Amino acid sequence: MKELTNYTASTANSSTSTEREIVISVSNLYLSFGSQAVLQGISFNLYQGENLVILGKSGSGKSVLIKCIVQLLKAQSGSINVMGENIDAITNSNLDELRKKIGFLFQSGALYDSMNVRENLEFPLRRNKRKYTEQEIKEHVTLVLERVGLLSAIDKMPAQLSGGMRKRISLARTLIIDPQIMLYDEPTTGLDPVTSNEISQLINQIQDQYKTASIIITHDIACVRTTAHRILLMHEGAIYKEGSLIDFETSDDPFIQSFFGKL
Amino acid sequence: MKKIIPIHKAVEFAAKQSMRLANKTLEKKEIMGGIFTDLANFTLFVTRTFRETFSREFEVKEFLRQCFHMGNKSLPLIALTGFILGLVLTIQSRPMLIDFGAITMLPGMVAISIIREMGPVITALICAGKIGSGIGAELGSMRVTEQIDAMEVSATNPFRYLIVTRVIAATLMIPLLVLFADAMGIFGSWIGANLKGDVSFTLYYHQAFSKVDFGDLMPALIKTFFFGAVIGLVGCYKGYHAGRGTESVGIAANASVVIASLLVIIVDLVAVQITDML
Ligand SMILES: Nc1ncnc2c1ncn2[C@@H]1O[C@H](COP(=O)(O)OP(=O)(O)O)[C@@H](O)[C@H]1O
Ligand SMILES: [Mg+2]
Repeated sequence: MKELTNYTASTANSSTSTEREIVISVSNLYLSFGSQAVLQGISFNLYQGENLVILGKSGSGKSVLIKCIVQLLKAQSGSINVMGENIDAITNSNLDELRKKIGFLFQSGALYDSMNVRENLEFPLRRNKRKYTEQEIKEHVTLVLERVGLLSAIDKMPAQLSGGMRKRISLARTLIIDPQIMLYDEPTTGLDPVTSNEISQLINQIQDQYKTASIIITHDIACVRTTAHRILLMHEGAIYKEGSLIDFETSDDPFIQSFFGKL
Repeated sequence: MKKIIPIHKAVEFAAKQSMRLANKTLEKKEIMGGIFTDLANFTLFVTRTFRETFSREFEVKEFLRQCFHMGNKSLPLIALTGFILGLVLTIQSRPMLIDFGAITMLPGMVAISIIREMGPVITALICAGKIGSGIGAELGSMRVTEQIDAMEVSATNPFRYLIVTRVIAATLMIPLLVLFADAMGIFGSWIGANLKGDVSFTLYYHQAFSKVDFGDLMPALIKTFFFGAVIGLVGCYKGYHAGRGTESVGIAANASVVIASLLVIIVDLVAVQITDML
């Protein structure tokens, strides 16, 4: 197991213990769409409490990879283990239980157009097996909206929100079920630098407060610098390099430099 | 001088032609295969809808919203179409019935043709356009913008929330819309009769319904439930299984209308055969 040193984010665990609990373990994952091979033998682990950044060119299969983790897409071979459960052989009801522990922030936000912000946030709660009281639902909604700093938008429709606000509301919606794992698909893409930075900070705060393990897909280097504890670089459906931020920044491989190049 | 074709060119040509032929057959097979997989998937989809309909948690609020939406959106269009249908049928049949000396048959004849055939089919076709395309486009865009995926990963059942509600709403609302269209048709027919005559509405109504019996109304009503189910199911299936990219939304909406309209006609044919046998 690799020693995880060189944490740059201020919120990182201070301990650098070698034995850390594995939350997600992906091994030898293959997936192709028709003749197009997208994942070609991906293996990696996600450890408890870490922010793992996955870098890669667009179209390199990053979204496909995290969709496999929540079983929105099924890999053709290889195995995925999430919190001790092998998800290839999982029953539907266990899959639902597992999905409730995972927060998935979609690249597009995926807010429900026909509902206002409040209804968007209430949606997963009202359909949970564990029945929440009206009071609890209200408290949860207020809490997550305060967390993302958008309590004032509670009665707005998604169409009335700006790009950054949409991202935050969908972040709030994933937080409302108290996830133990967060999967962020390009959380800052398409946002201005100021808003991007706010979202990156928010990711750190969430990690700090909810003690989540997170996978952050991005090619925004500012976001990488703020959030990354460890970085994976994906290329042509496989892991090209794994390492800490320092490893990447000091690398003299031109392909890696092209990601960390002067902006 | 004779032109000599080198043998290797001829072979090449023959090879190319046979390759093309093979590819074409393969393509055709793929299309046929596509139809069969679509059919199989659609059957699975219908089964799942049926099963989920009778599950404990029914999304009442969304169901009522869909009912209101479908009824409300289509009502003016249906009203106008029904009215004009009755009017036109009356104006056109009138001279012929006078020739036959059977003008007293007019109200009954128009009422029967509206209630048995014209009302249900025309209404269903309009709804296939209005409601079917609406469902196809809405669900298609939810699929493309990952909203359906988002429901799935938050362990809420998108099938129950999106599909079951819409299919049931369409199944119940289209019969209501048909009844409304029938009523408007008979009203239109009365107006038509009054253009060249003078009958009171009560008398006309009485004459019309004296010819209509239970055996006319019931089969016509029953088939409209099937029309509704077909429109809802096809729209939902096409939208739910929309592909990637924004153009898929248009494709889903369009396919919903075309397939639903076609199926409405086919269901009508089957219904007529069954009624005929009884
Ligand atoms: N559901 C799908 N069906 C077919 N092709 C897909 C699907 N999802 C992704 N792809 C293809 O897989 C490749 C990787 O996509 P993606 O993971 O979204 O890239 P990115 O790394 O930018 O997130 C792309 O070429 C995309 O077109
Ligand atoms: Mg992506």
